Amino acid sequence: MRSLTLKAGFISVLLFLIFIGAWHMATLPKESAGATGADAEYAALMGKGAEKSGGFPPPLEVGKAFVTYLSDPFYDRGPNDKGIAIQLGHSLARVGLGFFLAVLVAVPLGFAIGMSPLLYRAFDPFIQVLKPISPLAWMPLALYTLKDSNVSGIFVIFICSIWPMLINIAFGVASVRRDWINVARTLEVNPLRKAFLVILPAAAPTILTGMRISMGIAWLVIVAAEMLVGGTGIGYFVWNEWNNLALPNVIFAITMIGVVGMLLDMIFGRLQKLVTYRE
Amino acid sequence: MSLHDPFDSTRAIARCNCGHHGSQAEHDASLQETEALNQRVLQTTVMRALFPEDGERRKFLSAVGASTAWAAISSLIPFGTLEAMAQEKGSLEKKDLKIGFIPITCASPWIMADPLGFYKKQGLNVSVVKTAGWALIRDKVQNREYDASHMLAPMPLAMSMGIGSNPMPINVATIQNTNGQAITLHVKHKDKRDPKMWKGFKFAVPFEYSMHNFLLRYYVAEHGLDPDKDIQIRVVPPPEMVANLRAGNLDGYLGPDPFNQRAVYDEVGFLHILSKELWDGHPCCSFGVPADFIKQNPNTFAALYRAILTAAAMARDPKNRSLMAEVLSPANYLNQPKTVLEQVLTGKYADGLGNVKNVPDRADFDPFPWYSMAVWILSQMKRWGYVKGEVRYKDIAEKVYLLTDARKRMAEIGMAAPKADYQKFKVMGKEFDFNKPDAYINSFAIKRS
Repeated sequence: MRSLTLKAGFISVLLFLIFIGAWHMATLPKESAGATGADAEYAALMGKGAEKSGGFPPPLEVGKAFVTYLSDPFYDRGPNDKGIAIQLGHSLARVGLGFFLAVLVAVPLGFAIGMSPLLYRAFDPFIQVLKPISPLAWMPLALYTLKDSNVSGIFVIFICSIWPMLINIAFGVASVRRDWINVARTLEVNPLRKAFLVILPAAAPTILTGMRISMGIAWLVIVAAEMLVGGTGIGYFVWNEWNNLALPNVIFAITMIGVVGMLLDMIFGRLQKLVTYRE
Repeated sequence: MSLHDPFDSTRAIARCNCGHHGSQAEHDASLQETEALNQRVLQTTVMRALFPEDGERRKFLSAVGASTAWAAISSLIPFGTLEAMAQEKGSLEKKDLKIGFIPITCASPWIMADPLGFYKKQGLNVSVVKTAGWALIRDKVQNREYDASHMLAPMPLAMSMGIGSNPMPINVATIQNTNGQAITLHVKHKDKRDPKMWKGFKFAVPFEYSMHNFLLRYYVAEHGLDPDKDIQIRVVPPPEMVANLRAGNLDGYLGPDPFNQRAVYDEVGFLHILSKELWDGHPCCSFGVPADFIKQNPNTFAALYRAILTAAAMARDPKNRSLMAEVLSPANYLNQPKTVLEQVLTGKYADGLGNVKNVPDRADFDPFPWYSMAVWILSQMKRWGYVKGEVRYKDIAEKVYLLTDARKRMAEIGMAAPKADYQKFKVMGKEFDFNKPDAYINSFAIKRS
């Protein structure tokens, strides 16, 4: 087992090195053909000779972006230029709040729907219609009615994370083993106790799966939402660097989005393991 | 000079802000006296106007009593408002302001006002917030997230009329910049300089209610192309124009700088024509303020006005342009290479075809909001079917564009303002008569109305 992890790690590193090497080879500076003959003034105005982003950036330039941003993650140079940690903080706060609100709504509703076949059927058509709507499609409506771009961002996170959670909770609650419910019934356990002591532990793994999926989606959506609304957050950072066509910084931001997304997923993975049981 | 040298050991140092009084309390008291005096002067003026004969006034007062007379007259004449207008430098109603901007060189003057401390000098704490697109600017102004905003010159007209949004009265305090736009084409079209060859091209403009849209339509229509049928015009936020041009999504755009020059710098486009060559001195963006903000915060608005105009005066001076390029370049503001901004602002630029050109007034920042500009914009909105039916051109222009205020504030800070309210000008060689906008529209072959 140990040697397997070691081997896998070795291969991972090798793959990474091959990837970087290939990237480096592919972006080696080409001989600039057009520069010869043109007069010097024109060339200067076109930024020739100066450091200039031509085509896809080589790995070294991206590495430089990593060093500059990670060495000073908390700087604040006015409302439109803040360090990467502050931007990620803003995004995480939005995701956290929207997700928390979704949990508040989805858990009681999911229990109610899961425990009552009648409600399940009654709610089903609404859930089926609302679920496939792209969360960003809500954005114009949210901006118009909520009259605040920040609240709209949180609303979009809320609306995108509620459906997977709701469906999973309802499913988990509905598919608790009949035997256990019947045992509870013969012991005349009251409904609240039944919900907390029998159904919740039994459905917990499914519920957490729903939450894990929701969190993944929320993190995907926040980047797009912030690119639309702007102001703060990692999505705004990507947009701002896109303005400047500064690809190294965009690649840096993409990597950060990936790393944070992975960390969020790992947290929910751990939680899931904690509540898993063997029958 | 009333303020003594604070390093002079033989004198007592001034105890208040102005140096005239022994203490700050005395200074404040005399300030209140000044305010009371102002009020008195105002009342006297009004009474004198109402009763040219002083005997009449006395008779009237003794007949009805002073308090009844006061109540009767103040119900007719808004003393409070008049006082607010008289007390120019009265206390600020709101000090922390949020102003939106799109990262383009049009916004230069009032972005510059931040690092240069023009807002602070007026006692304002302004944060200038970068925004992703014009639709978002519109929404954030309507949601009162922004107190005032950088807007395209036609936007306040459209918003006030309720076109493309709910009606909300927005005023244009100043024009923010003149000229400074261009038609950029993809490098693969270097041999298609004649607009007649543009059939099927995909163009971008920053917003429907923009000078860019109206100028592009005008330009292609003058060359016999119908902008609704022969070419495609899409709305693309300025910052995304270069990326779309590179990707081949667009054949060109009439966009704001620095994105024209940026396309040249990145070798994906060339400058086909500057907007200055279509209409020299055309407005582009404006300083848009909701009408109710002005009503609720007259003093803050006056202070903001002075700051913006000071910034415009600074930006008009060619000597400052290189410095501006340097200050605007970082990520907090325009986030562009300095050389690109410098080429836009100084007018010495590479055109993408191998030539270095020198057009010092490529971009200018004349703040004066001519009514005739608004009338032209309305005429184009009518021409292309954005507004239907009869348009009361001059009424709308005079309601939305604050020309009288601008003239007054410009005088306050010592800027020369034109005496006329309207002026004739030429667009692509064709004269526009602001008195006959409907006849102007009818003189075009290609139109929607």
